[in-house]
Amino acid sequence: MITSPLDAGTWHRLHPLSPLIRAGRLLIGLGVVLAGTLSTGGRGGRGEILGRLPYLGIVIVYGVISWLVTRWRIEDGDLRIETGVIRRQSLRFPLTQIQAIDIVRPALARVFGLSELRVRSGGSEGGAGRLAYLTASEAESVRLQLLALARGSEATSAPDAAPAFERVLTSVPVGRLIGSILLSGIAVVVVVALAALLVAELVAPAAAVAIISSSGAIGIGLLTTVWRRLNSGYKLTTAETRDGLRLWSGLLDTSAETIPTGRIQAVQMVEPLLWRPLGWVRLEVDVAGRHRREGENPQESRQLRAVLPVGTREEANRLLGHLLPKAPSERSPAPARARLKSPLRYHNLAWGRNQRYAVTTTGRLARVTSWIPLAKVQSLRLVQGPVQRRLRLATIHLDTAGRNLHSALRDRDADDARAVLQELTGLARAARRA
Amino acid sequence: MSEPPGEAWLHPSPRLAAMRRAEVAAGTAVTALPVAAFVALAARAGVRAAIPAGLLLLLGVLAAGFLADRFAQRRVRAWAYCEREDDLLVQRGVMISRLSVVPYGRMQFIDVVAGPIERAYGLATVRMHTAAAASDARIPGLSRDEAARLRDHLAQLGEAKAAGL
Repeated sequence: MITSPLDAGTWHRLHPLSPLIRAGRLLIGLGVVLAGTLSTGGRGGRGEILGRLPYLGIVIVYGVISWLVTRWRIEDGDLRIETGVIRRQSLRFPLTQIQAIDIVRPALARVFGLSELRVRSGGSEGGAGRLAYLTASEAESVRLQLLALARGSEATSAPDAAPAFERVLTSVPVGRLIGSILLSGIAVVVVVALAALLVAELVAPAAAVAIISSSGAIGIGLLTTVWRRLNSGYKLTTAETRDGLRLWSGLLDTSAETIPTGRIQAVQMVEPLLWRPLGWVRLEVDVAGRHRREGENPQESRQLRAVLPVGTREEANRLLGHLLPKAPSERSPAPARARLKSPLRYHNLAWGRNQRYAVTTTGRLARVTSWIPLAKVQSLRLVQGPVQRRLRLATIHLDTAGRNLHSALRDRDADDARAVLQELTGLARAARRA
Repeated sequence: MSEPPGEAWLHPSPRLAAMRRAEVAAGTAVTALPVAAFVALAARAGVRAAIPAGLLLLLGVLAAGFLADRFAQRRVRAWAYCEREDDLLVQRGVMISRLSVVPYGRMQFIDVVAGPIERAYGLATVRMHTAAAASDARIPGLSRDEAARLRDHLAQLGEAKAAGL
């Protein structure tokens, strides 16, 4: 029906199947409950399920009405969405403020060839515009147009006229992803839990049965976390495009994200203890804005995006070279007396800087290296606690608009720290103006 | 850590010290009153032992109030701020001392808040917000005029030096 979504100024609707797919999650949930009740053979349970069916009807009717009253258009460099059944909402997203654009395709939507387009802006709350759902080709062309607008160039009438160049930087092999999950903290928790259970089984079999039957929810939670990690990292591919960084991933629910160049607030490299023998690292980027809207699952709303869920040092360095050209290489370690204050962190504590970036390393078990473009620094804080005062140490925090990544120059010499604070303030000012 | 020299550092109004003292005094009184009432009741009922114990307790409460006051006064004295050419410095804290540097260009908005107690003392708190949630820059206990001046000055500078995310 919407053949040319790029006509500026006309209102468009979402795909007619949208309400069905939105209700789909509920349907699946209901199916699971139904199956559970039937398998336990509760006859009263069946009546309960039938009693819930009207709710399903209400949800579907509400979805249809919601679809009817939702429309969107691109106008004067803004994406406008009008929605809301009871509380009307008219949302306006200035395209010059876009932090990232995602195309998310839940499994059910994929069956029908539909995609959800999500626009992230830097606002502190509700900063995401969702168009759920569009056909895949529509979503793609809208994405290209939004990016073109965000770049500041006039919207090209035929965006596919310009060959979109894409160069794949890294791609994660499935085997390595599974290996990385097996070597993560969750796996350790599972192993410890199983060992504890085994001990309980040997000592008091009755108690073990009680533990198993009562810890079902925890088990499901663990499985969900593992599944999310697997799904979000599955065949994650990072590519460089004209518009910035592009990421694809997903096994059942797929997503494709675009992070425009210059929107990255911070980059973090994590080297977990268990991965160290294999030389694996994880690379994450932080983007401004927090978006938390109802109906999104946390996996979709994460801000700290792993651009490389697991990779070799070499791959990480290649990607870093693209994300942060000319990153500082030299680091200065913390003074030796910092060992007294942070005995576990001490061997990781270091920092470095140049004209464009500050880099800090910290971490107790896992080594965490974070890079902050100085142009993105919002404020700086010099903090000294009582223990630090006694040891003449101080910490400098670098605050950015990213929400998940916190970087600090921990436990530096207090006198040095003052000079460093001055220096970083000056460098950040210069970087902002550049 | 003390204030770095060579800058024009400003401090909250002296009335902030009076306000904190009043707050501590009120807190002490609220704690001491039930103790005193209990001692009085015990004395009337003829429980002799309760009187010295109660008086001791009362003394303890007063001593705690005194200590709290000294600490509060030190914290008041620790607050300082300095408007530099490109950024605002805010120094605070006794146990954990913090020095924040907030560039004017990074300020998203500034609000002036005055609670009922602050209003009674003719004071207000100025709070600066940047796009980073962690940069917590606020200055309490400014006189109304100073708060208004600072707000306008910061807003003006913020506009002149605004930078994108």
